[in-house]
Order: sequence, then C-alpha cells, then structure tokens
Amino acid sequence: MNDYIGLVFIFIGVLFELFGCIGLLRLPDMYNRLQAATKCVTLGTCGIMFGIFLMQGFNEIGVKALVAVPLIFITSPTAAHALARGAHIAGVRLWQKSVCDRYEDDKKHMGKEKPAP
Amino acid sequence: MLRVLYFIVSYIFWLLMTLSLEWDRLAAGAVVCLLTTMIFGKTSIQKHKLLQPQRYCWAAYYVFLLLWECLKANLDVAYRVLHPAMPIHPGIVKVRTSLKSDLARTSLANSITMTPGTLSVDVTDDGYLYIHWINVKTQDVEEASQKIVVVFEKILKRIFE
Repeated sequence: MNDYIGLVFIFIGVLFELFGCIGLLRLPDMYNRLQAATKCVTLGTCGIMFGIFLMQGFNEIGVKALVAVPLIFITSPTAAHALARGAHIAGVRLWQKSVCDRYEDDKKHMGKEKPAP
Repeated sequence: MLRVLYFIVSYIFWLLMTLSLEWDRLAAGAVVCLLTTMIFGKTSIQKHKLLQPQRYCWAAYYVFLLLWECLKANLDVAYRVLHPAMPIHPGIVKVRTSLKSDLARTSLANSITMTPGTLSVDVTDDGYLYIHWINVKTQDVEEASQKIVVVFEKILKRIFE
C-alpha cells in the first residue's frame, strides 16, 4: 500500500519538476526563471524524497530521504535569494516589459550602489 | 549553555543522517558537531523564549500554512508557464515589515520566496524588503505589504518575538 502512495508522491514530484523546467525555458528573464526554478524544483524534489521515504520506510535510505526534505526546503529559497540579489547587484536587467523596479530606483537615489563582486 | 543544546541537536541530526552505531562514525560525528557548534554557536536567541510551548504550537501551524502556500505557488507557476500567452507582469516592489529579529526576518524572506509569484531579492536594515513579483498588482508600499507580508508576519511575530 505504502508503495503505491510513494509512487503517487514521486509522480507528482516529477510532474512539478517538469513544470519547473518548462518555466526555465519559457519565462523571459533571470528573475522570473528563478521563481519557476525555486518553487517547482523545491516541491518537486521534496515530493520525490517523501515518496522514497514512504516506499523504503524507516531504514537507511528512507530516513536520509526524509531528513533531506526540510534541508532542501530551507536552503533552496536562501540560494534563490542570494542568486537574485547577486544578479541585481552585478547589473542583470529585468525583462523590458517589467512593470517597475523599485530596487533599482532606491539604489540610485540613496547612493547605496555596491560594487560588483 | 545554548551551545550544548546546539551540539545535541546537531548530533541527533548526524545520527539520523548516518543511522549506524559503529564507534568510528559516532566519533567522526562528535568531532564535526563540536566544530560546527564552535563556529556557528553565536546566535542571539533569548533563552526564556525556548521554554514557551505556545511558540512551538504556532511554529507547527506555520509549517502547514507554508506547505499549503507552497502548493498554491507551484500550481500558480504551472498555470503561468503552461498558458500559451504567459500572463506575467513582473517587477520589483518594495514592502515593509515590522519584524525586528534576524531570525524572524530570515524566515519571512524565505516564506515569501515560497508563496505564489513572489521572490525576495534584498532586505534592508530599516525593515524594508525588495520583492520580485511575477504579477504586480500594486506598486504602493503599504498595499503590497498588506498583500504579501501580513499573512506571515502575524504568525512569525508570535513565534519569534
């Protein structure tokens, strides 16, 4: 029984990974792509890991997969944040049709521009 | 005193990761946990907060809220990506938060990244966050704060402050 529920979780995980990859290809600029990559890949990977845990139970593989879930859930948004901030400071432009960029405005006005690393 | 707690928590984590009781692995884990505690042990948590059970209850509720928001976020991305016309109006907006502690702000920024259509880009010392919003509805600081931040802020305040 657990095998089937695990398979369902893995299937959902792979499906979300697929959406994330399509987003990575279709969306226009770095920041939008980062959105798709972070959200879908996080939940996708967590789904796969949880599915593995359900299939394996409390043995060496299953527990490791379960421990990996919160780790990914915490580190993935942090990495996305670091990438977005680094890209903006290094001067990566938003998509031309973007509505607004308050970060750029504030950097100009307050003279807070930091040198590119 | 707090460092002992950190050591115990990280050692439990190590035991879960290795899941064996051979002496060489236990020894290696002890060394690694000791190093980690020595290097990263300087966090500013007030001890009395660790002993208040209602904070843990709110934290448990928060985890479920976050999972639900994360699922919504994924469906939202899936909809935008699969829609032939790609309905996006991206932009970076500025929002304000009243949270003070570093831990609370970090959690808020991470949560915002997991919610539908938003990605935190930067945090300033005076409590402003810059958010990349895939579908900008308002550029006003207050309105955007109402839409993005307030849901989490209420609970994070109860957990951390």
